[in-house]
Amino acid sequence: MRDFYGITLANGLMLGTAQYPSPAILADAFKRSDASVATVSLRRESGRDRAGQDFWALIRDLGVHVLPNTAGCHSVKEAVTTAHMAREVFDTRWIKLEVIGEEDTLQPDVFGLVEAARILTEDGFQVFPYTTEDLVVADKLLQAGCEVLMPWGAPIGSGLGLNNIFGLRAMRAHFPNTPLVIDAGLGLPSQAAAAMELGFDAILLNTAVAKAGDPALMAEGFAAALRAGQLAAQADPMTPRDMAAPSTPVIGKAFLS
Amino acid sequence: MKDVTVIGAGVAGLCVARTLLDRGAHVVLVDRHEENGPHACSWWAGGMLAPFCEGESAEEPVVRLGAEAADWWASKTDAVARRGSLVVSPARDSADLARFARRTRAHRAVTAGEITALEPDLGERFAQGLFFESEAHLAPRAALAQLREGVIADGAVFRQEDADPAHHAQRGLTIDCRGYQARTDLSDLRGVKGEMLILSCPDVTLHRPIRMLHPRVPLYIVPRGDGIFMLGATMIEGRAGGHVTARSLLELLSAAYALNPAFGEAEVLEIGVDSRPAFPDNLPRIRRDGQLIRANGLFRHGFLLAPAVARMVADLIFDDATPEVMDETAA
Repeated sequence: MRDFYGITLANGLMLGTAQYPSPAILADAFKRSDASVATVSLRRESGRDRAGQDFWALIRDLGVHVLPNTAGCHSVKEAVTTAHMAREVFDTRWIKLEVIGEEDTLQPDVFGLVEAARILTEDGFQVFPYTTEDLVVADKLLQAGCEVLMPWGAPIGSGLGLNNIFGLRAMRAHFPNTPLVIDAGLGLPSQAAAAMELGFDAILLNTAVAKAGDPALMAEGFAAALRAGQLAAQADPMTPRDMAAPSTPVIGKAFLS
Repeated sequence: MKDVTVIGAGVAGLCVARTLLDRGAHVVLVDRHEENGPHACSWWAGGMLAPFCEGESAEEPVVRLGAEAADWWASKTDAVARRGSLVVSPARDSADLARFARRTRAHRAVTAGEITALEPDLGERFAQGLFFESEAHLAPRAALAQLREGVIADGAVFRQEDADPAHHAQRGLTIDCRGYQARTDLSDLRGVKGEMLILSCPDVTLHRPIRMLHPRVPLYIVPRGDGIFMLGATMIEGRAGGHVTARSLLELLSAAYALNPAFGEAEVLEIGVDSRPAFPDNLPRIRRDGQLIRANGLFRHGFLLAPAVARMVADLIFDDATPEVMDETAA
């Protein structure tokens, strides 16, 4: 498995921490899925006077790697400010960088993303950029110092799965040595398995688990799917073909069998 | 006769005081403040008595225990209206409505025409909705005031004092109902910030609470009568500072505007912000430590769950019955 800024994760499941019915259910989802990374968004209002510290303590207590994010930031300046706050709160150089370009679709502003990634990298952050599958943008993010890429599967919270499987496959082929994480848009474990079968290194989820009727059970389902997809990718899958290929010889078969 | 001191005169303390009086206790009610007011988070409550709707994200005890709330409040106050509650979603978010329907019960699907018949001022804006006919709502401040008047009239003594429950418990049976103020004594209690508005909009008439589902900004609006509405409420992990944020205001108001553009002309009478006290599973707890009983963690369900929590406190005191929400008994 490719490492994430020098950290080898036990598995490729990264879970968001928002929108769960309660912190107790959130903790149960982590336990049942054995997810290795927790992403957490910081509201700048709650960071200023550390109003969110009770919740942050619950996140730290999960005992997994914490990947703070800049969710909800619409400008480079906001994202950079939030990243600094997150580094202080969680004592980590990791930051999942989101610069939202459009409020309704939550598409990333890739221009702001590249700029913010450069600023943060120069400042010592290890940036996980939430981006599209655009190869040119991806290349510029790597040039800006990112060592991980997080393309979307589909718009945030949509549950549509892998919208552009060809683009994602091209991305995997184009950046064979870069850890790639499918971030956003997954709704079902089968989609997570498909992402892993494509050779992606991890998936990041929130809504699909948090908004399930039984979040902890769904988290466990995703963990199993992730493992299945990962095994399939390692096993070098057969190549699909147009014609049937019998798995047992037909010549010599008894006429009336 | 049992002598009991109840510390905290918000919704939890008042319900406990009322229930203990009804069971024959002699009650002293203590609070830092002389009157009900904005220092208590129940002052800012929506007042929905909607156990089935809450079941969308809350656990089973909230639905079951909340079911006794409307009758209780109706028997103690005249602040209750039993007209059901209505859940709608914008057409593009109909998946959220389907999900809400799957996760809840005691509702029926209503069409645009039925929605208009129930609430003419919603017009034809919503093609489908859910009607929870058995639910109710109340006017929180009127209910708190009447409850307080009632307990005083029935012999409870009120004392204004910034009391320490542990200190009081050395002298006698003490119930700590201070909500988030008890944070320093309850290490697993956290604050969940809520922000709300009170609007005056005489152009709009609504008869029951309306919930509008939206993936990012679920909103409810509760009619208080006379063109007054409560619009709420955000849920943000973290204790509240003193002020509402511009983002929350924008989200709340734009959702109200989507419900009926006439809300664009509403006057904003009050802006409220406070911390809901919650334990990690967002369920209430009763804890006993000798003469000290703490009832806390009512989260966003103060008016909905306080009657049941009060009943359990009384059962514990009078019958030594272990409450189902008790998780700790220290010597």
